[in-house]
Amino acid sequence: MSALLSVTDLSVRIGKVEPLSAVSFTLNRGEILGLVGESGSGKSLTAMAVTGLLPLMGGRVASGQVVFDGIDLAQLPEPVLRTYRGRRIAFITQNPMTALDPVQRIGEQVDVVARLHLGLDRTAARARTVDILTSLRIPEAGAICDAYPHQLSGGMKQRIVIAMALTGEPDLIVADEPTTALDVTVQAQIIHMLGQLVRERGMGLLLITHDMGVVAQICDRVAVLYAGRLAETRDAAALFAAPLHPYTAALIGCIPRDGMAAGSLTGIPGAVPTVSAYPPGCRFHPRCARATPVCAAQVPTPAALPTGGSLACHNPMGVRDV
Amino acid sequence: MSDPLIRAEHLVKRFETGGGWLAKPRAMLAVRGVSLSVAKGEVVGVVGESGCGKSTLARLILRLIEPTGGQIRFDGQDLTRLSRGDLRRLRRRMAMVFQDPYSSLDPRFTLADVLGEPFAVQGETPPAGRIEGLLSQVGLSPAMAASYPHQLSGGQRQRVGIARALAQAPEFIVLDEPTASLDVSIQAQIIGLLSDLRRDLGLTYLFISHDLGLVRYFCDRIVVMYLGAVVEVLPRADTRPRHPYTRALMDSNFTPDPARRKTLQALGGEIPSAFDLPKGCAFAARCPRAAARCRSEEPVLAEAEPGHPVACFYPLD
Repeated sequence: MSALLSVTDLSVRIGKVEPLSAVSFTLNRGEILGLVGESGSGKSLTAMAVTGLLPLMGGRVASGQVVFDGIDLAQLPEPVLRTYRGRRIAFITQNPMTALDPVQRIGEQVDVVARLHLGLDRTAARARTVDILTSLRIPEAGAICDAYPHQLSGGMKQRIVIAMALTGEPDLIVADEPTTALDVTVQAQIIHMLGQLVRERGMGLLLITHDMGVVAQICDRVAVLYAGRLAETRDAAALFAAPLHPYTAALIGCIPRDGMAAGSLTGIPGAVPTVSAYPPGCRFHPRCARATPVCAAQVPTPAALPTGGSLACHNPMGVRDV
Repeated sequence: MSDPLIRAEHLVKRFETGGGWLAKPRAMLAVRGVSLSVAKGEVVGVVGESGCGKSTLARLILRLIEPTGGQIRFDGQDLTRLSRGDLRRLRRRMAMVFQDPYSSLDPRFTLADVLGEPFAVQGETPPAGRIEGLLSQVGLSPAMAASYPHQLSGGQRQRVGIARALAQAPEFIVLDEPTASLDVSIQAQIIGLLSDLRRDLGLTYLFISHDLGLVRYFCDRIVVMYLGAVVEVLPRADTRPRHPYTRALMDSNFTPDPARRKTLQALGGEIPSAFDLPKGCAFAARCPRAAARCRSEEPVLAEAEPGHPVACFYPLD
């Protein structure tokens, strides 16, 4: 079976810099792939590349392919891309507060997706909107359609954004930190809902997050990005049981767990370098406890693992280190 | 037991809005009769979601805003009755670290200016080498004294926020979500720094957060708030919660381990508006255990077991 989305050696340029280099991953139908890393690791840029929104940031795909259902999106002209975006590929942004138009009623904002992409008339589009809102367990969906965004809570707004994403019956949803702006109990509801939708409808979900807790809760596979390069891609269960890249291990170690001894939460020293100051060799080596001279000299190339996935590290963690 | 360093009793804060040409004035109770104490050397966590009144409580405890009712005692002195001058002198002994290190530092101040301000407020000039000492205490290079905030990363800015809190060598620091706007890797660094400072300087903290996992890691005792009131106090970080809301918070906190996925049904609904408080228990509308009594009568804090108060008619086992 061919993958729903297959990103191969994707590099992105903005002006003279290359903030994203040679990133590869695949996503199947009914699967949730977590794309993780700290701010500045290139997660959102990857999402923009997949949804063809790079020009908004003055960026472009410099090389590589973004193959969605057999078609290389990176080669498509914008007018054709538009027939995909919102229809077969939906995008959920981080901040539901700014994703909605403040002066337009909720119903109109959701209706427009069905009218534009499915060619429905006003009445049919509204009926569909109410159906979708109801399926997302939004109470009094009819009344909500007449409300303005400022009248709704953050969790409710994010549900509306999800409804907009589902209206075009997409095959792929790209969600960029969909719950970061929400309270924890509401985050749990939304994550639960996204998981259910993907399994029931057989969509693919590319979930961008910095929270390893969220990844462990819902993702099937994980791709870890650091400073614009892929560090490790593996099945979630295997990755959390025994991370191979020291960066993955460090990220997991940043989340407090039950029964963790005081002082054991140390974080990762230093910070993600800016794109103009990427160090030579492995970009993580200045912050890495396992770095050796080779790490500063040679870029580690991603190598396929016998158990599936890939790893780019000169000194991976052994089972003993975990 | 010796007297606590901080003792707040029946704190109430009422905010009023509107009252304009057409708008009706409306009032909300942001903090509804909260009592809490912090012993010297203790780290007490206050946890709850947005709108639960935890940040208002933090500001009340330092009397940065005036309480509508109740008392705050700091080392035996009633802060609510002190004159401005006396309060300012006592304020040397307490400090606050704010949530957002981007808006809490003046962009036109160098770090030396930022760290000099706590001295200026007291009519002093910082002793020679003190600014540099503060910077190195929080893990920044003393050479950065001439830098401006925009030259710093978020984590570095929050270190400056902590250095500013340490400037007058306080005993007590209120930490209002000091890591909420930082990456997890930087959050862990900052928590590590705060632990070291507490150990080295014998500090007492009130730690405000929405992250129960983080609070359970960092704090000795945990106060759980919902809609302006305390619903439970966990005497130890590993105490099993008895209040259904605390349980729900714990279930919403994902562990980084796919083998321990939460299968429990997530809590329904969202926090009601503080302008329109429901009758009875504020949590009843979202509570899986709610019964008729919960919707008519408000539960008060009572000890479920010694030292473990819970405000619930039907607490968990």
